[in-house]
Amino acid sequence: MERLDQIFVTLKAWAVGQVPEPFQVIASIVLSIAPIMLVFPGIFALTTVAERKLLGRIQNRLGPNRVGPFGFLQWAADGLKTITKEDIVPRNADKVVHFLAPVVLLVSALLAYSVIPFGRNMYAIEIDAGILFFFAVGAGTELAVFMAGWSSRNKYALLGAMRAIAQMISYEMPLLLAALAVVMATGSLNPNEIVAAQEGGRGWGEIVPNWFVFTPWGFAGCILFLIAAAAESNRSPFDLPEAESEIIAGYFVEYSGMKFATFFLAEYLGLFVISSLCVVLFLGGWHAPFPFFWCAWVPSWAWFIGKLACIVLLYIWMRGTLPRLRIDQLMNFAWKFMLPMALINLVVVAVWTYTRPWNYFGAELVRWLLCVGLLLAPYLLLGRNLLRNRKWGPRTYRYAS
Amino acid sequence: MTQRLDVEAILGKTPAPEGSGEPGYTVLAKGDHRHEIDGDLLEVAMGPHHPSTHGVFRMDVALDGEDVVKLKPVFGYLHRNHEKIAEGVSYLASMPYTDRLDYFCSMTNNWAYALAVEKLAGLDVPERAEYIRVITAELTRLLNHTCLIGFLVQDMGALGTPLMYAFREREKILDLFEALSGSRMMCNYMRFGGCRVDLPAGWLTAAKDVVDRFGGFLDEYEALLSGNEILMARTQGIGVLSAELAVDAAITGPMLRASGVNYDLRKVDKYGIYDRFDFRVPLGDHGDVFDRYMVRVLEMRESLKILKQALKEIPDGPITSPKAKIRNFKAPKGEAYGRIEGPKGELGFYLISDGKPQPYRYRVRPPSLINLTILEDMCLGHSIADTVIILGSVDIVLGEVDR
Amino acid sequence: MNIPGKGIVTGMAQTAKNFIGSYVSKERMTTVQYPEERVPAQEAARNFPFLVFDEDPEAGLRCVACKICEKECPPQCIYIVMKRDENAKPSKQPETFDIDVSVCMSCQICVEVCPFEAIKMDTEFEYGEFDRFGGLLLGKDRLAKSNQYYHKIHPTEAAEVDARLDEERQAKAAAEKAKAAKLAALAQKSKDADKIVANGKAEKK
Repeated sequence: MERLDQIFVTLKAWAVGQVPEPFQVIASIVLSIAPIMLVFPGIFALTTVAERKLLGRIQNRLGPNRVGPFGFLQWAADGLKTITKEDIVPRNADKVVHFLAPVVLLVSALLAYSVIPFGRNMYAIEIDAGILFFFAVGAGTELAVFMAGWSSRNKYALLGAMRAIAQMISYEMPLLLAALAVVMATGSLNPNEIVAAQEGGRGWGEIVPNWFVFTPWGFAGCILFLIAAAAESNRSPFDLPEAESEIIAGYFVEYSGMKFATFFLAEYLGLFVISSLCVVLFLGGWHAPFPFFWCAWVPSWAWFIGKLACIVLLYIWMRGTLPRLRIDQLMNFAWKFMLPMALINLVVVAVWTYTRPWNYFGAELVRWLLCVGLLLAPYLLLGRNLLRNRKWGPRTYRYAS
Repeated sequence: MTQRLDVEAILGKTPAPEGSGEPGYTVLAKGDHRHEIDGDLLEVAMGPHHPSTHGVFRMDVALDGEDVVKLKPVFGYLHRNHEKIAEGVSYLASMPYTDRLDYFCSMTNNWAYALAVEKLAGLDVPERAEYIRVITAELTRLLNHTCLIGFLVQDMGALGTPLMYAFREREKILDLFEALSGSRMMCNYMRFGGCRVDLPAGWLTAAKDVVDRFGGFLDEYEALLSGNEILMARTQGIGVLSAELAVDAAITGPMLRASGVNYDLRKVDKYGIYDRFDFRVPLGDHGDVFDRYMVRVLEMRESLKILKQALKEIPDGPITSPKAKIRNFKAPKGEAYGRIEGPKGELGFYLISDGKPQPYRYRVRPPSLINLTILEDMCLGHSIADTVIILGSVDIVLGEVDR
Repeated sequence: MNIPGKGIVTGMAQTAKNFIGSYVSKERMTTVQYPEERVPAQEAARNFPFLVFDEDPEAGLRCVACKICEKECPPQCIYIVMKRDENAKPSKQPETFDIDVSVCMSCQICVEVCPFEAIKMDTEFEYGEFDRFGGLLLGKDRLAKSNQYYHKIHPTEAAEVDARLDEERQAKAAAEKAKAAKLAALAQKSKDADKIVANGKAEKK
């Protein structure tokens, strides 16, 4: 099964070998980029249909099921519709910036894919400071949002863009701090080394994988990361910029047709890339969970895609259940709850790493209790404080006598 | 910036009123100097085409930053001359038109009208018909409240999940109504002096089954919504309505009870046979959106209690009064006001008769319209995102507001 | 215990329950894929009116063009013209009976007020037409449907109506018989009287 695992790597090596000597570098580059640019928009297409169908099932109804088998060609119908729509540019708009905004968004989202390892030896480029590069490039999305809002010369679009940027910047901090916990634990910014540090398992027969999510700080970090990632990519319950029932929303109100589709695509690509980073950081990357023999038959990239699909399903589930947060509540949540929790998480990582050499009987239990307690106490206190300060809470009702 | 054309002045018909064409003319009252120093206000029309305004309804809002400074509701887009039509057709022919007033709850509309005419003509209603009326009215209350909660949470952005669950349960009740009256929504079921047709075979068992399952559905619904922190954050403390203001503004229904005023027409007027049933009236303390939501949930549970009692105690017997006539019904001269506790508030019909087969004056007291007048006071100072939620909690149906 | 975040987790558990339930139980997935599947109409369902005939669509039509339904209809969607025979005498049949189905609001008042059980409510609703200027004006030919059809769509109601009509017919037949017997008795009496007079005359002679 080694062959299946490395099939893409060997294919690429063979193809590059076919190309004459002077062009091999360029061929290698193109062959690294092309799969990413083909596979992930393909996953996007399937996700749009799957999301509609899954949301439908959550709401006790069928999703789209007329186009193609079980509706799985719906993306083609939607794509055709979007392409054939008229591209309207407002008369007063800044035309260059208006055109470039979706392009910048798409490019930043795609650039971030280059450092993620999708399988064993399957990464586009290996940078020693890969995580740093990822977040630096990801910040380009915020610039694109502002470009979209500013160039539309529309009061509402500008206000919406400013709110969206405020939201995205506020949630960068917990995102980075949660990722920083992993960097502290492994001592490296290289995604490949982070994945390698999560190899194997512990416990009897190595039944519990060494993934960071199965440690107290990793669990908390993963949850913080996932919530901050939802806010970064404007997913429900943080989708205020795209809400239809809000009047001042939508930095892309002035976009139609293919440009709107590009925004949509770039948003989903951003979601996928940040979920991929979550997989790499916390869920063990492309490692199989169990050391059983049949796990080795499933190739590493399949495990990666499986984990990615689980996270995307989690996001769809959240979208179908939770109502939206208002902008000031969103910001409060980020600064007063997520940021302190992320900082405390860093302390817990330090405690965990410091207490690793403890070897006496029951040390493991003590470590766990200490770290879980260090996390749970602030969580409960902060949570209660946040709710109680605004006097939010369940109430009892009386009846007329 | 385009200049507003003053058409009247151009055509020379009437001189343009003073101050017209200035920014803020349409929205700020003259002499309202509250915000002149702070600079421009942003005027927004949440227009008739809007996914969250519960129908064709417009709100002219003046915003200071993001806070609402003035709000003017504009309705009339669905006016259908209901009251004038009623002056031209017979009393019976108005009955199908009352279905279409509050198109969610047609049975209660029918009952209110039938009550008014029965008061006018002095008709008695037999026992079995009264029980059937109570059963259909409480089923309607269940329908209305679940869907309202669904719409409220949909406006908050939950993408319609609770709404779809509510509609799934509503379908069961609508099937019951179809088996009983022939039509799911526009029932046209009550007649003066009773009901139109008796319960078909097996209806009581089906109704008992629906009522028994509804309790379980309510538990699921509450598990999904009532403890949700995001819902609490978005609805508690929003749109507070004090009890004094509510009573002064003639608010009725769950909105009034959520502000803490104990006024339920089923207990006050005791119309029909409501004094035979054992149920309580839930009251809220804060008067905000969350209280209105919870009062409705608790009212649904009380309705289930009433339904269980009524379905058990319903007697046999005739369903129309022997004195009632279908054709050539002439009410004696006089006036009458019949009102019921509809799901949205006090629904009243005021009839003046001069002895002819058509009423002389027919007036509907729509609870949605009266409850809507207080919208501005509730929304002042909140952000515009909350305006949509407050409107959702007022529970309007444009068919009733505009008639 | 009031852990912050508990409400959200219970909410998500509810949604998951509904999600899984929608695959396994019919009660959670109630979608009926119209037009391939249809929900069978309930017995009492009413959509638009139709005219009932016994046996013959022309002669067996129960409607006698009394125009009560036209008068009582709230949106005034019925238009009736009575048939007049050669001497311009009204014959008890409608020549024109039009219902504008786009105006009709399915209130069923025409059915309630009809004294002859001639107009009843149909359950058919798929009346879509391309002609917007007269396509939904149904005439007598489209409205007349047989009593068997009425039995098929509203069995209990049709059985009651038939029973009532039979009773009326029998009562009418009994009344006719009684009247005929009375006339016959009178005729017999007058025949006897004639006989007596004739006998008397013969006796006198």
